[in-house]
Amino acid sequence: MDQFTINLLFVGASFALYIGIAIWARAGSTSEFYAAGRGVHPVTNGMATAADWMSAASFISMAGLIAFVGYDNSTFLMGWTGGYVLLALLLAPYLRKFGKFTVSEFIGDRFYSPTARLVAVICLIVASVTYVIGQMTGVGVAFGRFLEVSNTTGLLIGAVVVFAYAVFGGMKGVTYTQVAQYCVLILAYTIPAIFISLQLTGNPIPALGLFGDHSASGEPLLAKLDQIVRELGFGEYTAHNGDTFNMVLFTLSLMIGTAGLPHVIMRFFTVPKVSDARWSAGWALVFIALLYLTAPAVGAMARLNITEQFWPNGASGEPVSLETIESDPAYDWMQTWQQTGLLGWEDKNGDGRIAYFNDGNADAKAAMEAAGWGSANELTNFNRDILVLANPEIANLPGWVIGLVAAGGLAAALSTAAGLLLAISSAVSHDLLKGQLTPNMSEKGELMSARVAMAIAIAVATYLGLNPPGFAAQTVALAFGLAAASIFPALMMGIFTKVNNKGAVAGMISGLVVTLIYIFLHKGWFFIPDTNSFTDADPLLGTIKSTSFGAVGAAINFAVAFTVSKMSAPIPREIEELVESVRIPRGAGAAQDH
Amino acid sequence: MADHTSQTAQAGQKSDAGYWSANVRIILVSLVIWAICSFGFGILLRPMLSGIAVGGTDLGFWFAQQGSIIVFLALIFFYAWRMNKLDKEFGVDEE
Repeated sequence: MDQFTINLLFVGASFALYIGIAIWARAGSTSEFYAAGRGVHPVTNGMATAADWMSAASFISMAGLIAFVGYDNSTFLMGWTGGYVLLALLLAPYLRKFGKFTVSEFIGDRFYSPTARLVAVICLIVASVTYVIGQMTGVGVAFGRFLEVSNTTGLLIGAVVVFAYAVFGGMKGVTYTQVAQYCVLILAYTIPAIFISLQLTGNPIPALGLFGDHSASGEPLLAKLDQIVRELGFGEYTAHNGDTFNMVLFTLSLMIGTAGLPHVIMRFFTVPKVSDARWSAGWALVFIALLYLTAPAVGAMARLNITEQFWPNGASGEPVSLETIESDPAYDWMQTWQQTGLLGWEDKNGDGRIAYFNDGNADAKAAMEAAGWGSANELTNFNRDILVLANPEIANLPGWVIGLVAAGGLAAALSTAAGLLLAISSAVSHDLLKGQLTPNMSEKGELMSARVAMAIAIAVATYLGLNPPGFAAQTVALAFGLAAASIFPALMMGIFTKVNNKGAVAGMISGLVVTLIYIFLHKGWFFIPDTNSFTDADPLLGTIKSTSFGAVGAAINFAVAFTVSKMSAPIPREIEELVESVRIPRGAGAAQDH
Repeated sequence: MADHTSQTAQAGQKSDAGYWSANVRIILVSLVIWAICSFGFGILLRPMLSGIAVGGTDLGFWFAQQGSIIVFLALIFFYAWRMNKLDKEFGVDEE
């Protein structure tokens, strides 16, 4: 059986499973559509949150970004897990006690202002749509590879599938489907990692293998990796090569953003009790950590495997020949990935070999010239987002593992895209239309407008996903920056301070607008290519990249909110009582619709 | 009688305030640990830990890639356990 058929079987079987569950647990009423009647156990909820949370960015993109940069991209690991501490300690239990369905409902009620609610809805939509763009990038890579078509075709097919899938059920369907998706994606991520860890280090646990010894050379794996990438002119894998200030800000942005994203926070509305909300965040992180502790091992081991494929006898030997790439089955992955347009090589000096090194490093360039391999890097294109999906092929793993990874990558992208589309559609239909513009809308009308909102969101995301502002994880990082700058400060001030309506509205608007402008200045206006005035290589403000600006935006939000709040009337008595009651778990009944 | 009720209400409010300040204290301590293990050991204090070797690299690298995640997990479970106990101590739990 060829690889294409195996991939099709695995992807087809996993989809049949999700759709089967979605039909079995189909949403009936509006409240089921949004919050599944709150009958979800904390462990189940944690698993579903993990599937919801770990998207194409975590599954498909992150290990690739770590692999090619090393230590400096540990930011993704710390940032995307550290946010759960903020969520568990600062938000989840109080939002559950408040007992409504959506984040913007909390902001609207706490800041006793329809304007605050409207601004929150806009913030949520901006952050979520940016997030979906990142997902669509990952969906394009995954579908492109597994259907063996170009990235663009893969993206368009993926968009249709995501939409059909998200329309099927609401949160309840999605909750149980997401448990299934979690199982598929965690198996798909860890099984190839275990194989590769065994091959390279003899240790069956990748997280431990990363810090173990490289079996072939007897040296520590990371020391071996440092050595070979250094010889090729790249920065050492474990060394800190970038800017410390930007690294701290970026990590902080991802952490705060995690605690400000609607589709994750919504999960904590669906547990039965306040104490369950506390445990749920912990369970979610347990299931997330299984992937996140494996990811750095996947990155480092893949980097070593790839480098050794191009330099079979080490950096002082000969680079791989074109003939080997074309005839040796170990290099088949290069042929299949070339079809997607995301991998490219060119024998620039015509010596019949592909020399992969950093031609931006003068020493490495001189050494390569002296050895006769030419003065230019001949691995011309290696899209970071293909690393995880190509990894089992690079390591020559059996066909079923490759099929499983394809299914896992799609599960990750789909589950998050579905969760986000649900958050966007509930923001538009529940908060914007029913909450503000047409309060008398019927349940049927509400469901209908939710679906129309989903369709528009996915069309926009697909269009922008064709020319994404970065690799999947980088685009998603921008979404986190936006959530960090707008939503998180408002929620936190709503619980921990007595900031008033005017303060909250001014804070959210200034945080969102400043961050959005900073991002557009670096990534292009509305992410349209070539409309940017700066690049992240040479940012407007010192070393602060647009991906790291969310933390600055959050600081602006807090500062503006406190200042404006000080200058205007204090919050009324009943709101003070609301804040007091949110802080105490006693009397948290079932949540109500309004 | 009316006096008595308002006194109980006041006592209730007092213990609610005590509950909240105890909660804020636990949060602050947890967040200090959170920051030291990630931003501290993982990034800013890494040069200070460079002498401690871990599998071909140093302790700071381990904290940045794995250690911080393990600490985060421990913190969340500690907080959930501690707060559920605190809820009972102050009689503000849901049952």
